[in-house]
Order: sequence, then structure tokens, then C-alpha cells
Amino acid sequence: MSNTDFVLAVEDLTVSFDGFKAIDGLNLYVDRGELRVVIGPNGAGKTTLLDLICGKTKASAGSIKFKNQEMTRLPEHMIVRAGIGRKFQTPSIYENLSVFKNLEVSYPRGRGVFGALGFKCDKEVKAKVDEIADMIGLADRLELEAGLLSHGQKQWLEIGMLLMQDPELLMLDEPIAGMSARERELTAELLNRICRNRSVIVIEHDMEFVARIAHKVTVMHQGRILAEGPMDKVQADPKVIDVYLGH
Amino acid sequence: MDALKTWLDRSGLASIAILAVLLLVVFPLAMDSFRLNLVGKYLTYGFVAIGLVMLWGYGGVLSLGQGVFFGLGGYAMAMFLKLEASDPQSTAIQSTPGIPDFMDWNQLTALPLWWEPFNSFGFTLSAVVAVPVLLAFVISYAMFKRRVGGVYFAIITQAVALILTVLIIGQQGYTGGVNGMTDLKTLLGWDIRSDEAKTVLYFVTTALLLAAVLLCRWIQLSKLGTLLLAMRDKEDRVRFSGYDVSMFKVFAFCLAAALSAIGGALFTLQVGFMSPTLIGIVPSIEMVIFAAVGGRMSLVGAVYGALLVNFGKTYFSETFPDLWLFLMAALFIGVVMAFPNGLAGLYESHVKPWLARRKGGAAEAGGPPAGTPGEAGQQAAAPIASPGPSASPAAPHSTPAVAADPGLGLGTKVSSQSA
Amino acid sequence: MSFDEIYNITLMQGFAGLSLFAVLLLMGLGLAIIFGQMGVINMAHGEFMTIGAYTIFLLSTLTESYAPGLMQAYFPFAIVCAFIVAFIFGWLAEWALIRHLYKRPLDTLLATWGLSLAMQQAFRTLIGPKEVSPTLPDWLMGSWEVTEGLDIPINGMFVLALTLLVTGGVLLALYKSRWGLRVRATVANRAMANATGINTTRTDRVTFAIGCGIAGVAGAAFTTIGSTGPTSGSLYIVDAFLVVTFGGAASLWGTVVSAFGIAQTQSISEFFLSGSMAKVLTLLLIVTILMLRPQGLFASKVRR
Repeated sequence: MSNTDFVLAVEDLTVSFDGFKAIDGLNLYVDRGELRVVIGPNGAGKTTLLDLICGKTKASAGSIKFKNQEMTRLPEHMIVRAGIGRKFQTPSIYENLSVFKNLEVSYPRGRGVFGALGFKCDKEVKAKVDEIADMIGLADRLELEAGLLSHGQKQWLEIGMLLMQDPELLMLDEPIAGMSARERELTAELLNRICRNRSVIVIEHDMEFVARIAHKVTVMHQGRILAEGPMDKVQADPKVIDVYLGH
Repeated sequence: MDALKTWLDRSGLASIAILAVLLLVVFPLAMDSFRLNLVGKYLTYGFVAIGLVMLWGYGGVLSLGQGVFFGLGGYAMAMFLKLEASDPQSTAIQSTPGIPDFMDWNQLTALPLWWEPFNSFGFTLSAVVAVPVLLAFVISYAMFKRRVGGVYFAIITQAVALILTVLIIGQQGYTGGVNGMTDLKTLLGWDIRSDEAKTVLYFVTTALLLAAVLLCRWIQLSKLGTLLLAMRDKEDRVRFSGYDVSMFKVFAFCLAAALSAIGGALFTLQVGFMSPTLIGIVPSIEMVIFAAVGGRMSLVGAVYGALLVNFGKTYFSETFPDLWLFLMAALFIGVVMAFPNGLAGLYESHVKPWLARRKGGAAEAGGPPAGTPGEAGQQAAAPIASPGPSASPAAPHSTPAVAADPGLGLGTKVSSQSA
Repeated sequence: MSFDEIYNITLMQGFAGLSLFAVLLLMGLGLAIIFGQMGVINMAHGEFMTIGAYTIFLLSTLTESYAPGLMQAYFPFAIVCAFIVAFIFGWLAEWALIRHLYKRPLDTLLATWGLSLAMQQAFRTLIGPKEVSPTLPDWLMGSWEVTEGLDIPINGMFVLALTLLVTGGVLLALYKSRWGLRVRATVANRAMANATGINTTRTDRVTFAIGCGIAGVAGAAFTTIGSTGPTSGSLYIVDAFLVVTFGGAASLWGTVVSAFGIAQTQSISEFFLSGSMAKVLTLLLIVTILMLRPQGLFASKVRR
């Protein structure tokens, strides 16, 4: 397939580490405005899939097309600039900088060496920081050193840093790990709001949470796709039950 | 008034101003021209030290080969001066008059082609910066694009320092060999050996150094400075925010190289010679210790570090030569184990609180504590201004703290989100 | 120069390079084990080599004055002593300094450089600044004339055998002994190794000391090709680092191959160029290759 309407089209993707195929001939299509959840047992290759899409790991074979543009050959920062944002499993923020600085640095202007030298934090940037800070519930914490935030707040801050770039595809690796019940609820609300004008891929284990947010669920197993579809259909799939309950 | 004080403190301009007064007023008044020249020589190492603050303190990249760039800058300047000192009249006794003496001693009969451009002062000035930066670019681009960093990079830079010194020593006829380039006399006809010239050169060095400190401070306060800090902390996060991390490191390395080279050229002018013993592996590592003693995060601290260590070196290696290496060893081990943020760190952790206490006590006695808001601002600014490596060991414990906080505080905050 | 002569010279220089190969390999081996185990770059490694060399000198002097009859036999015993002495000093250094610096590679670089300065000055103060050479047993001297015009120095052969013995012993220990198992477990996953009851602190100390002990043996090998001074070790440290980096830091086999390659390039080109240009050429070659292939010759592909 050469031309697609999908925002993301992954085809025949394979990666092997010294012969071990972590991802094996995988196909995945994500619609515009879709919130897709990828689930699967440990070692299914979920995180590796995100690594491949964002360029952290280079594919051995296959193609990744984002808005019909091939991504597999691009360096990481170009993939980000094309419009793909990635949140890591453990919150990855700049602990020594203030919340404001964390968000400001993520603003997509002045990305070259000399651009960064000449970057000015003008009204436009401040407005965007305020908007995002409000969205992730950190509006009153802007001057706080980010390392002092709670675990859940760090997760939100990282999502906020991605939102600063207004990506068309957002990939979140276990965004609610280590969150309290209340925080999970708020995160679900946040995700539902985020995907109004962009596509989101979420890796998650918590089935209750998945059911709350997912439009469509993809189940991975041993580097392949085992099942795909709405949550209830996937949950009833005997293959999926087999994988989760053991052979 | 307090706002001005806070701003001065945050931008670091106050400490730069103090340094400027010390270098431009106090030292020239208090010292004779011999000592002033000595300080001028130490200050040329200050360029290397502030370059290392940018590269190592901010960028997290340690180079053990800054002597290479110091040397290239110094040699470029020395070549120009050597050619000027080797006019046919003053070299009439040589078998080939008009070429540098060491060439004549090594049976060269004509000036090598690559020496020719160094007859031009303009070319020399641009070569002082351009050659080292070009080399720095090639090395760092190749390494950082392939994600080589840390220890590997340090070892490669050390190897480059070794290559350059062995090459210079081996190619005696072209470089002056192990003796280096000596007997440099005049710069465009101006005798650089006179006391007046040395004083003028001291002020030139100081002015350029202060300008370099201001430039670096400006870079630190720009988004690029923030990005360098961010990279040191979470390189992948910066990369996946759309930045080409390698180019920022390349920039830091080239900046440090350019600064070192300028220092080297000024060294040649003030001291009157350049030799491979000043730029090899050992001097290159010593340059790191200048920055480390002053504080790897502090530009002004690095200048003091360069001054102090070099002063100590001159004093001890003359008076107690046996003791000096032990002292140097203690410095290396001490800055790593006991005070990783150097003098600047000690100032932040000991002197500043003491000053604040004193001021606080005075304010209490004198009436309403007017200074408090300003101080609070300084306190808040401090962790951002000096995150330092010492902060990292403390970082992991924030995770358990999270488990203990079941979101009471969060709940209230987040409600503002739905509101 | 006829082809035969060039062939013989190349061969002879090659055999001369074997001594250098031995020193570089033994140094690199110790560095690689220490770096692999605890991420520590030991800039003082050269000084542990010097300790080994001084130990040989000390024993040679003692034997000469108290038991001249044993001159032919002392050398193997002295090598063992070189290992033990360097091992003990390594143990002390780990306890006093290195253990505080794990996983701060750039800082260890500086701290161990400080250690190396202190050790050099200690040598200068205690033993003296002059270079010393032990009296080697007669059977190490001379050379073995294989054919007309082709002489192979015996000390080179001996040192090579010694190196192969030590390398084999290290590999064996690493893959067959309890210590080796502990080391490999710690390298793979320190936290997990700790959790399964491996005393990683102790393993670290033993590993560091063994690495230094091997450097001591390198010092013994060094005495057969040069005289020992306070700074002898520091002359080899950069080369030794390059051996490790060039071979691929995680691969001991790579260390062997790169030590051989570097020593041979250096030694053979030394005959055709001046000594300093041979050195420049060799280093330049390594640095260029490392720029093109920074992971070294033998790097394992690991999912990160």
C-alpha cells in the first residue's frame, strides 16, 4: 500500500536483536483522531514498537508511514518534528528545571543551535505554557522545581511537554503507572480531551483504564498482533484469553 | 532596589562585576609588572577553564584534550611572531637567512608552503580561531553523531592530545620540536617583551576574558544553556522533543575549543614562546582541574580556579617541588570526592547562608525585615542556577516519596484543571 | 633492499612487537575487566604496572646481594610477587578511593588521575627519580636465530608465553570460577546480583585488585624491554585505553586482537618511519577507525 488516509501506517515491520525477533512482520494502522490502546503480556514487544515508530530503535525491515511519509530512515529529531511525540515509561522530565522551564524548552521554536541562542520567551510562548499548564493541572506549580513534583504530576508534566509541540500523533508508554485512583481518573479525562484533535497510542496494563479510554484495542504477543478491535470483542477472543491465562 | 539585587544575582552580573574590579583595578594597582604578567599568563588558562564550564559543567561532556586547542591557537600566533622575528637581517648568520632558526638548524632551505599564509596578521588571527574550531568540529561531529560520549570521548580527546604533541616533537624542522617556538620578539613591530607591552597585553587579556565570560553567561541564560543542562540530565527527552542533541554538543565543544585557542594565542603573546610541553596529556588534564577547583558550573569560579591553581603551582613547584604533585593529587581527588562544585559550590553552601544569616540578624535588630523577599528570590533561583552533579544522588529518593503522597495535595490542584 | 630482507625485517619487527603486544594486552585486560565490572576508568593503571616493575627490580637486587646462586631462578617467583604486590595496592586503592565513585565514570577519571600523580611522586620520593633495570637471568637474554638474517629475541618469546598464560588464566577464571560467575552476574545486573546474595562490594574489590595484579604482571613483562622510572607506566596508559576502546569495551577477545594490531602497526612502521611518526600514524589510524566505528571492533549488539 503506498497511499493511505491513516495517520500512521506500519507495514511488515520487523526488528531483530542478534536473531531474536522482538517485532515480527507487524502491521498496524491508526486513524486520525483515534485513541488506540496496545496491550499484551510482558515481552510482547509493545515498548519496542513505540521505540521503532519514534526512531529510538532502527527497524530491520518494513515501513512506518506517518501521514504518507516514510519514517524509518529519519533521525529521531526529524520524526519528532514531523509530528510524533513520545512519552517514556518512567517520567522523563528535567528535574533540575522549573515546571515553567520544562514546558518552555519543549516549545517547538528555536530548535537549531543558533535558533536556540536567539530564542525569546515572548507572549505567544507564555500563553502556550499557561494553556498547557492549565490543561495538566500544574498552573499553580509553574515556578516549582520539577523534581519536587509527585510521581503523578511528573507524568502529567511529561504529557504537557509533548502537548507543547502539538503533535499529530502522541504515544504514551504506561501513562498511569504508579498513580492513585483519583489521578487515574483525571488522566483518563485528560487523554479523552487530548485526542479530540490528534491521534494517540497508549500502552497500558490496567484493563479498567483501557476500557475507559480506548476506541480500539490492539493485542500484541511475541512481536506480532494477536487481535484487534473494540475492547469487548477483544476480551472475548479465545486467543487473547489463552495468552493472558497461560497455555 | 531589591529587584535590582535579585536580577544582578540571578544573571550572575554582580559576581562578574566583582571579578572585573579585581582584575582591572585591584591587581594592576597592587602588583608590579612582573607579577601582573604572571597573572596575565594564568588568565589565559581562564579561557580554557570557562570553555570547560560550558562543555563539561553545562554540556556534561568531558574533554581531556583542551591543550590541543590551546596549543593550536598558541602555535598559530607563535608562527606569525616567529616569521616576524626571522627577517633576513636578524637571521643573516644562518645558512638560509629569512627562515625561522629551527628550520635552518634542521637543514631546511626554504619556508614550507603551509607556513606562508602566517606572514599575514589577518590570516593568523582568523587561523587562531578557525583551525581549532575546524578540528573540534570534525572530531565532535564524527563522535556525537554516532552517540559516542562520556568516557570514550574523553579518551579520544586524550589520544588527540598525544598525537599532536608527538607530531610536534617529531617534526622538529617544521615546528621547533620539543623546545617549541622561542625568541618571539615583536608584534607588527611592537616589542612585546617590554614592561609596557606586557601591561597592555594584560589588559587586553583581561578585557577579552571578561567579554568571553559575559558571552558564555549569555549563552547559559539563553534557551541553548537550558537545553545543555536538560541534555545532561535527560538526553533522550531532549532528543524526543525534536532537538538534534549531537549538534548542541558539537557547538559546546567548538565553543570550548575557540575559547581555549584564544587563551593559547594570548599565552604566546604574553609569555613569548609556545612549546609542546604546555599542551600535552598532562597539561590538558590540569586544565580540567582549573574548572573543577573553581566549580564546574560557575564561569567566574573557573577563572578564580585557574588563578589559584596556577598560583599554587608556581609557588609550590618552586618552594616545595616534592609537595606540589601530592597537593595536585589531593586537588583531583578532593574535587571529586569532597567538593564536586568547587569554590563556587562552597560559596553557595557556606558563605552565602552565613552572609544571609548576618544580614537577617541585622534586619531583625533594625526593624521590619525588608530584605526577605529578595532573599527568597535568591533561594529559589539557587537550585536552578547550580543544579550540579551533587544533586543527582539525591534524585532517586523522590520516587518513594511519591508512594507516600496519595494525591491529597494533587486532588486540590487538579480540580483547578476541571474548573 | 631485497624482498627477502624486507620479509625478514618485517618478521623481526613483528617479533619485537610481541613484547609491546604483551604489555598492552596485559594492561588492557586489567582495564577492561575493571571497566566492565564497575564502570570505572582507572587512570592510575599505569602506576600499578610500575609497581610490578619495581617489585621485579627489588627482588632482583635482593637476590643478587643475598642469594646470587638463585639468579637464574628468581624471575618466575618475582612475577608472582609482582602480581601479589600490585594486587594488594589495588585492594587498598579500591577501599580508600574507588568504591566511592562507582557509576561516575568521568569523576573516576579525574580521581584516579590524582591517584596516579600521587603514586608517581611517591615512587620519586621513595625509590628515586632515576630509571632502574633489574638484572635479568641469562637465559632470557640473546636471541634465537631461526635462519640466516632472522633473529628472534628470547625475552619476547618468554613474555608472549607469560601473557598467553595470564590471558588464558583470566578467561578461565572468568568463565569457570565462582568469582567469574559473580563478576558476570554483577556486570549483567548489579541490583539482581545483589538480591541473589552476591556480595557485590567484595566482588568489586577483588576484581579491581585482580585487574591491578595483572597490571603488575604487565610491569614484569615491561622490565624485559625497558628500564623502569616513576613515569614508566603513564607512557602506556593512553595506548592501553585505546586497546580497550578499539577492541570494543565489553569484549575480551577484542582486547586481544586490538592489542596485537596496535602493537604490530607500531612496531613494523617503526622500522620504516621514525619512532615518533610511527606512533603518530598508529594513533591516527586508531582514532580515525574509532570515529568511523565507535563501538570498537567487537561490540555485541545489545537491546538498550
